[in-house]
Amino acid sequence: MPAVSKGDGMRGLAVFISDIRNCKSKEAEIKRINKELANIRSKFKGDKALDGYSKKKYVCKLLFIFLLGHDIDFGHMEAVNLLSSNKYTEKQIGYLFISVLVNSNSELIRLINNGIKNDLASRNPTFMCLALHCIANVGSREMAEAFAGEIPRILVAGDTMDSVKQSAALCLLRLHKASPDVVLMGEWTSRVVHLLNDQHMGVVTAAISLITCLSQKNPDEFKSCVPLAVSRLSRIVSSASTDLQDYTYYFVPAPWLSCKLLRLLQCYPPPEDGAVKGRLVECLETILNKAQEPPKSKKVQHSNAKNAILFEAISLIIHYDSEPNLLVRACNQLGQFLQHRETNLRYLALESMCTLASSEFSHEAVKTHIETVINALKTERDVSVRQRAADLLYAMCDRSNAKQIVAEMLSYLETADYSIREEMVLKVAILAEKYAVDYSWYVDTILNLIRIAGDYVSEEVWYRVIQIVINRDDVQGYAAKTVFEALQAPACHENMVKVGGYILGEFGNLIAGDPRSSPLVQFNLLHSKFHLCSVPSRALLLSAYIKFINLFPETKPTIQEVLRSDSQIRNSDVELQQRAVEYLKLSSIASTDVLATVLEEMPPFPERESSILAKLKKKKGPGAVSVSDLEEAKGEGGALNGSGDRGADAAATSNSATLSPSADLLGLRSAAPVAPGTGSLLVDVFPEAGPASAPAVSEDGFLRHLDLPPESSDSLLVEAPGESDFEDPALPLPESDDLLYKFVCKNNGVLFENQLLQIGTKSEYRQNLGRMYLFFGNKTSVQFSNFTTSITCPGDLQTQLNMQTKPVEPLVDGGAQVQQVLNIECLSDFSDAPLLNIMFSRYGGAQQNLTLKLPVTINKFFQPTEMSSQDFFQRWKQLSLPQQEAQKIFKANHSMDTDVIKTKLLGLGPALLEDVDPNPENFVCAGVIQTKGQQIGCLLRLEPNAQAQMFRLTLRSSKDTVSVHLCHLLAEQF
Amino acid sequence: MYSKTRLAKWYMQFDDDEKQKLIEEVHAVVTVRDAKHTNFVEFRNFKIIYRRYAGLYFCICVDVTDNNLAYLEGIHNFVEVLNEYFHNVCELDLVFNFYKVYTVVDEMFLAGEIRETSQTKVLKQLLMLQSLE
Repeated sequence: MPAVSKGDGMRGLAVFISDIRNCKSKEAEIKRINKELANIRSKFKGDKALDGYSKKKYVCKLLFIFLLGHDIDFGHMEAVNLLSSNKYTEKQIGYLFISVLVNSNSELIRLINNGIKNDLASRNPTFMCLALHCIANVGSREMAEAFAGEIPRILVAGDTMDSVKQSAALCLLRLHKASPDVVLMGEWTSRVVHLLNDQHMGVVTAAISLITCLSQKNPDEFKSCVPLAVSRLSRIVSSASTDLQDYTYYFVPAPWLSCKLLRLLQCYPPPEDGAVKGRLVECLETILNKAQEPPKSKKVQHSNAKNAILFEAISLIIHYDSEPNLLVRACNQLGQFLQHRETNLRYLALESMCTLASSEFSHEAVKTHIETVINALKTERDVSVRQRAADLLYAMCDRSNAKQIVAEMLSYLETADYSIREEMVLKVAILAEKYAVDYSWYVDTILNLIRIAGDYVSEEVWYRVIQIVINRDDVQGYAAKTVFEALQAPACHENMVKVGGYILGEFGNLIAGDPRSSPLVQFNLLHSKFHLCSVPSRALLLSAYIKFINLFPETKPTIQEVLRSDSQIRNSDVELQQRAVEYLKLSSIASTDVLATVLEEMPPFPERESSILAKLKKKKGPGAVSVSDLEEAKGEGGALNGSGDRGADAAATSNSATLSPSADLLGLRSAAPVAPGTGSLLVDVFPEAGPASAPAVSEDGFLRHLDLPPESSDSLLVEAPGESDFEDPALPLPESDDLLYKFVCKNNGVLFENQLLQIGTKSEYRQNLGRMYLFFGNKTSVQFSNFTTSITCPGDLQTQLNMQTKPVEPLVDGGAQVQQVLNIECLSDFSDAPLLNIMFSRYGGAQQNLTLKLPVTINKFFQPTEMSSQDFFQRWKQLSLPQQEAQKIFKANHSMDTDVIKTKLLGLGPALLEDVDPNPENFVCAGVIQTKGQQIGCLLRLEPNAQAQMFRLTLRSSKDTVSVHLCHLLAEQF
Repeated sequence: MYSKTRLAKWYMQFDDDEKQKLIEEVHAVVTVRDAKHTNFVEFRNFKIIYRRYAGLYFCICVDVTDNNLAYLEGIHNFVEVLNEYFHNVCELDLVFNFYKVYTVVDEMFLAGEIRETSQTKVLKQLLMLQSLE
């Protein structure tokens, strides 16, 4: 027990701590603690007044018990009493207890603040510091309100001791961060800035954190700090290593203060005053020079302190991005670190070089280190260093080295850690597309990507390769050949099967001349994968088969036989079954001409043709895009654009730079919404291209994911044009109405899905009550933090629906799912949908924020009512007021199959009445909508006209709004 | 692995459960690393700078843009002060004198920022406080 032997503390405390340490089990520890708690309680409650020492000792024991992880529910008052002691050690324990066990008990806060106030006024520097430290540690709003006026006064007063100034500056910083509205600097600004001139280096060190924080918020108000900071920095940098005595750390003068000064300057542009700027540039040069001098000590502390300043200086040089000479010198210095034996330095050099790569002045200099960086990617032991190397390769990539970098990244992917694969895949996909000069290389790259890391290849990536192939004649034959070869592998990823199925279905004819890839061989190859695939891929393959029948009439019997087999035509999955049936029928009844028309090759994606890019392409021919894109992304100017005709192309395109940032190569964003409406049978490439995978949102994901520097946000996959739409959490996603309609007739399913997140829902209703389960699935491998959801009922809905739920866990691990249960009570009838807002952050990305409509619709509260034909028409007549009826006549958007319609009506909620309507083709339903306040009887009649492909829908209910709203909801379903 | 947190200091608001969770997470990411790794780990939206002294890890969680090496040496500066103050510090000193260690922290770091870096000045102040009753 070393502390006891020192004999300067509280003996009872030391004994107690020893006892606890000697406890052999958790139970023994708890027993000992309970004994102590009982003892302390009795002392505090005892008649005898405790002296200050005992009080201090017991409060300190309580604190120790709390820090062991046990709850403490008494002793707060005694701790507060210690504040009024005039002994330092007692006060200190009192303040410590309060700082650690913050309690917003209002009575105590008043007493605590009173104690602090007395100490601040005491003119005793030790007590003042204790009080200031307590405020800085607690940082509550009450304290801000009580002391925000007093602390600036203490900070700038001429007679305040240095140590108190240090504490006051940081105390103010904490209050400013916690309650910026309360802490107003106004009149103190200039005097605070002048603390940079203070003689005491400790005061400057503390004050500069405050000044930096304030400068970030109000740069203009504090800009007078720039010349002061420069002159202070210059004095430190030019001082000999012994000048600053106490503030020299391992022969480095004031390393922390130097870093802070350099950091403060990064809040501002380069100084305008020539003299100031000259002095600063001189400082930066001196710092770079010192890095080349032989070390004054072999200790790592010396080199760390020196390099801390160096890295901060380089950050400032990059921030200014205006001194080519300094940028190149910085790059060379970092280049040396890339091969340093210290892992820390290699890591930091890679990180820092990543930002240098985006400067036009140093991009070329960074590129010279490519071999070293590739080597780092292959050999570094620490995954975080490899990750930085991958980031740097991505940042230094341009047209000149894209092939090499992409190849290295691909080969790294084979062994890459799972945690960074997803990001690597996106990076490779973006680079491959951005710098694709010949598209066979692009196709090879993406197929390799699927082969190596298929699980991490998102839908967007393989949609994209298909779009590009469809739109580029020159690559189609190559693509067909390549996928055919790729599919030969005994085990290939499902994404490969999808791409293969799609491309062979379109362009298999281009390789059919070779007997090794004859139509039947192609078909058998595809079909050999069929049984291993999921339903959406099978659906895609079926479409590929019908395309084959058109491309290669000789395959017709084989394929028809496949379609006719029970496993297809009687498949339990309705989508597969329907396709099998329809394709079989189509292939047998349609004439060759009709077949050829229906199954014609996919037209190039029309919206893409109309995009700015298409114009550009017509003008400039292929290749131009990637070059101009490069220019936009990197701002490299003409110099980097390689040689010969490419260079000419580039110059021309950059001149026609009306090119908007949205000039994505083949517009996934614009193409996706078009696909479902093309009327082609082969819309499978976008199986979820409808509302569920809102492309704007997915692109958002790309952007967020890679955390690209803003200057490259105009590159292919990274624009987020819709972003602003989603910033206001009150605005639901544009497609949320469609999402809502999807759930009118069903209660379970996937409510929403994008790159990052999948939301599933399941709900059940009884009478006017309902319960909805939401399942939030993290689709990435990275943890979501600050995950919050909130449910709001806009407008009148507040009074119509009662929604209750508990908050979800704020952290969602990669691949994990969290569940939220909503309890719903319908108070009266309603038309709007409640809104679900979801916010979360993920490492390396900005905050995500999206709002959806929750599929809670009035029909969920239907109770079916069985009745006879006579009753039905009697009630029908009773509800004959014009406002009680709502009617719509509309064209069928979906199958008019009786069973399908029945399923939908049953899903809607009312009873489906058989043998009621004299016309057997018609459907009638009856039900009661249960709200808390009333019951609303509803009758429904749906009259299909198969010939005209039309419906007439009539609703009658005792409440006009309900009739109208139900009619509106239902009309979207058929 | 058996582990105990000897001291934790918070500069942002968290409730007790959250604090416990953070401590466990930090422990999990830091202790698996070996000596050849960097002294930096990404952590949520922050990063942890840490250094190991015998069986004891000293960790600071800072913003991702903060200067890694400056904080790494900030830790060492702090440890040297402890060493001087406790005359060859060992883990038990920190256990038995936990309430003094808080004072040392507050002298050197306040509001999550560096308050004083001079070992001489900090030790002088600590000895002065030690002499008070």
